[in-house]
Amino acid sequence: MNNIKTILGAILISAFAFNCSSDDDSNNNEGSMSIEPDFSGTYTQQDQMGRPAVNTVFVSAASKNTFNVTTPDAQGAAFQPMFQANLEGLSPAFANPGDMNALMQTSADFTGLLATDVLNLSLDGETTFFNPATGALLTGRNLTDDVITIELLLIFGGEDFTENSQLSNDNVDANDKPFSASFPYLASAW
Amino acid sequence: MKKTKIILGIGALAIASFFMVAADHIDAPAVASGTADITDFYAFQAEDPNNVVFVANVQGLLSPSATASAAFDENVLIEFNIDTTGDNVEDLVLQAIPRDGRMYFFGPTIPGSVGVDSAIETNATQTSVAISAYGEAATATTNAGMKFFAGPRDDPFFMDFAQYGEIIAGNATGFNSPGVDTFKGTNVMSIVVEVPKTMVGGSGTINTWVEAKTKQ
Repeated sequence: MNNIKTILGAILISAFAFNCSSDDDSNNNEGSMSIEPDFSGTYTQQDQMGRPAVNTVFVSAASKNTFNVTTPDAQGAAFQPMFQANLEGLSPAFANPGDMNALMQTSADFTGLLATDVLNLSLDGETTFFNPATGALLTGRNLTDDVITIELLLIFGGEDFTENSQLSNDNVDANDKPFSASFPYLASAW
Repeated sequence: MKKTKIILGIGALAIASFFMVAADHIDAPAVASGTADITDFYAFQAEDPNNVVFVANVQGLLSPSATASAAFDENVLIEFNIDTTGDNVEDLVLQAIPRDGRMYFFGPTIPGSVGVDSAIETNATQTSVAISAYGEAATATTNAGMKFFAGPRDDPFFMDFAQYGEIIAGNATGFNSPGVDTFKGTNVMSIVVEVPKTMVGGSGTINTWVEAKTKQ
């Protein structure tokens, strides 16, 4: 019972204090209870992302947190060897020396690209992760891009996208709701 | 009895976590399922070809019943980073942080410091938009040629992640046809910004990424 009284008291005091500070706020020209938001302080990185699924697929479990707080300009040197080892361990299409993907990238080339986890964005035209019809590659990421199948093909598909067909397409090709052509583009929540 | 339920709950959560790691959803232990867990990042040319769109999604795998009470965290700064010079260091940032039901945006602007620690760039162009409520029409705001949205959306990511998990675990030799979209029927908390290309480099190719930063 004493506890409840103390808690109620604390709530009343904080409510009263809130009123006072609001009344004293000379910038409050709307006559409402609003208080100028506080944007002070230092914000420290916890997570980052450029291309889809990179951390998930290529970073070993013990290094996932470190990868998320390594700035992109330092990621290549720090993580490319791990990416290459994990790629060669994961994919039969990169099991032998000289193996390449359909971009004619060796495991070193491919992981050298991926280890710096930024999303390239063209300001000059088509933006897509990969569009086989136009040949546009890594010029952005559209909502409709089947990025997982593109990545699976580059990981498992070999030099001509025909190897390991059971592994190179998840056979989910589109979103569960259509996107809008207009802002904010994403579909409404379920 | 209570204890058993809790243990069962933790077990179910652990299993879900194991299978639900995808585009960047729950990608690392420090952020998994927290309010600073980025699930996805998109960047593409807008409906108006003079503009580009940046999308950051956080808090993945929200069920419809959990979405109404889902909220952005006022201690989490979402920062779009833009490198216009090709050195993979941000030359411009566009920041988003919620306060009292509104999402505040700052930029694009040259950051006072680069790297893992940031201050909010309060001297940059400032815009705020009411965070759209679950089940209601999207609220958008325009300012300085830019458009802004924040609120719950359908998770735009699609993948048979459950089967990928089975393959990695050695329980399956390939994907099924057709596959099953593990993210079907789930929502995310989404931030969408459309900006004129002239504000982020103008022409050529830029490098972009998104960061979640927590207040110290």
